Amino acid sequence: MSLQIISIILGSLTLASALLVVFSKHPVRSVIYLVVTFFFITSMYIMMNAQFLAIVNMIVYAGAIMVLFLFVLMLLNLNKEAEPVTTKGSQLAAFIAGGSLFLVLITALKDTLTLGQTYRAHNDQIGLVKQLGNLLFTKYLVAFEITSILFIAAMVGAILLAKREKQIIE
Amino acid sequence: MDSLTNRKKVVSDKPMSLWEKAYLPAIISGMITTMRHMFRKRKTIKYPEEVREFAPVYRGQHVLKRDEQGRENCTACGLCAVACPAEAITMTAEERKPGEESLYREEKYASSYEINMLRCIFCGLCEEACPKEAIFLTDRLVPTYFERDNFIYGKDKLVESLDNRIDITKRQHTGKRSEI
Amino acid sequence: MDTALLIEKSILVIVLFLISLGAAAYMTYFERKLAAWIQDRVGPDRAGPFGILQPIADGVKMFLKEDFIPAKADKWLFIIGPGLAMFTALITSAVVPWGPNLHLFGREISLQVADINIGILYVFGVLSVGVYGIMIGGWASNNKYSLYGAIRASSQMISYELAMGVSAITIVLLSGSLSLNDIIAQQSQVWNVFYQPVAFLIFFICALAELNRAPFDLPECESELVGGYHTEYSSMKLGLYLFSEYTSMFISSAIMAILFFGGYNFPGMSHFSGNTLALLGIGAFAIKIFIFIFVIMWIRWTIPRFRFDQLMHLGWKTLLPLALVNLLISGLVIAYNNGWF
Repeated sequence: MSLQIISIILGSLTLASALLVVFSKHPVRSVIYLVVTFFFITSMYIMMNAQFLAIVNMIVYAGAIMVLFLFVLMLLNLNKEAEPVTTKGSQLAAFIAGGSLFLVLITALKDTLTLGQTYRAHNDQIGLVKQLGNLLFTKYLVAFEITSILFIAAMVGAILLAKREKQIIE
Repeated sequence: MDSLTNRKKVVSDKPMSLWEKAYLPAIISGMITTMRHMFRKRKTIKYPEEVREFAPVYRGQHVLKRDEQGRENCTACGLCAVACPAEAITMTAEERKPGEESLYREEKYASSYEINMLRCIFCGLCEEACPKEAIFLTDRLVPTYFERDNFIYGKDKLVESLDNRIDITKRQHTGKRSEI
Repeated sequence: MDTALLIEKSILVIVLFLISLGAAAYMTYFERKLAAWIQDRVGPDRAGPFGILQPIADGVKMFLKEDFIPAKADKWLFIIGPGLAMFTALITSAVVPWGPNLHLFGREISLQVADINIGILYVFGVLSVGVYGIMIGGWASNNKYSLYGAIRASSQMISYELAMGVSAITIVLLSGSLSLNDIIAQQSQVWNVFYQPVAFLIFFICALAELNRAPFDLPECESELVGGYHTEYSSMKLGLYLFSEYTSMFISSAIMAILFFGGYNFPGMSHFSGNTLALLGIGAFAIKIFIFIFVIMWIRWTIPRFRFDQLMHLGWKTLLPLALVNLLISGLVIAYNNGWF
């Protein structure tokens, strides 16, 4: 019962901080609220005893990607005058696009309630490193390796892009 | 030409070897150097408790001397003021009245004698110029003040008091000048 | 939950908190003394005998200074910055096992606040979040020097985290566990530094960079950036930034001692047992931490600062490839030892 209360509180805090990301006027504050959101998501992973996922979420998203976001935003000129003007039409278009994405997400995720039941039936040690590693290197080996190849391709591509620009300058 | 020391090193810009590029040997030798310094004798003099010894010819605050009978030596000849490169010394001369023989050695004396300590460069030329052995620089330090007026030292601060004579024998290492 | 456990853990948390802060305070004193000795000086010696009350005097001074917030600063973020820096510096100590179990009042008391089985990843997670305190503070000051400091800090920390993580993975390969307890237990015979000297060197250099210590103290280098990210800070906010640096130095020395120097293990450990063992273990661990702190300070007062491009070259072009090659070789050796070929 207390677990349920904690997860409800965590969920509402997650939602609140996620909403603050959207509604805060200042981009840097938005990013900071996003970091806070990631922390709440991390704590929800911990609630599900998925320690590895929780910490990886913290390292990768909160610790690396968001730092880079913040890094870029700090270098930008964030004056009021420099803000791009949005027309009523583009606002409406954005609203419709975002709303339909939201609908799609809801329809996709409404079945997860039953999924959650099956998760409970499962071994609750599944989120720990040993079990996760076993799964990744046996059942999902092909997917795992393909993902890593994809990552290497992306990395090589990024390095090439950075290199080519330099050659043009020379 | 012979080099003065044997410590000279030929500087070259040849590319570093892999061993040098790793920097680690250089860093470790640097760290050994600093480690050696940790056990050296400290050079610090802890001031209020310990005072650094002054050189015998240290040039600090001036004193206007009296002779053995307590008479002021200064005769207000003005040679010190002429010699002073910073023009820090001013004085007014006055004739000795009868009955003041116990106060002033010569017939003429300085009724006022001022040294501006902000101008003074403590070169000691006044001391060298003085024919009457009246002015000496001592090993006392000139204290600091917040107001500029305080730095103009009059006779009240410069003339030594009778019961608190300032010892300047250390400065007279060449021997006392013979009587004229 | 067990009430006794709760009390035990809360006492441990408070003690750890006080020890971390006290250690950080006295590290400032020790650093000043060491700097003085290296430069043939005496160092602080006025407050108390040998100046040992200097940290307290410093603390009082910090508290009594005017707390100034620049007019155009982002006020909330300006206040949050130093707090965040201190928070992240302190919470790492939760997973550090400070010694073998103590036996008190008929209970076996573990000297580790939380034994989570991903201990080392937790350390890295907190480390990667640690940059926010500096970034937020530097940006919120609305000062170009602060911003430069913040940007330097974040890019430096992100760059060096990679090589650091890769060299830590070699240790995980050796012990086969992410838990710090298992890593220590695996080193009861031979310390990891003898198996992995290269990994240790890389880890140590990266730790210096992560701590913003000389020769990598570019985020706060006085000669270029006034005070770096804490240029605009004053009073205890500045104090928190300085304190957090020393606290993280203390914690990362502990982590290095755990990963490479066997944590609380010491030679001849099997001759002792019970509480004697626990106390000796804590003592051995403290000595190791002290040696690391000493070496870090010693390096600071010996080596001049890197240039920023040199720093990036060292991180990306030297340390990261070296760490990867080291990981590959040690992986192969471990696989060979396990008879996989």
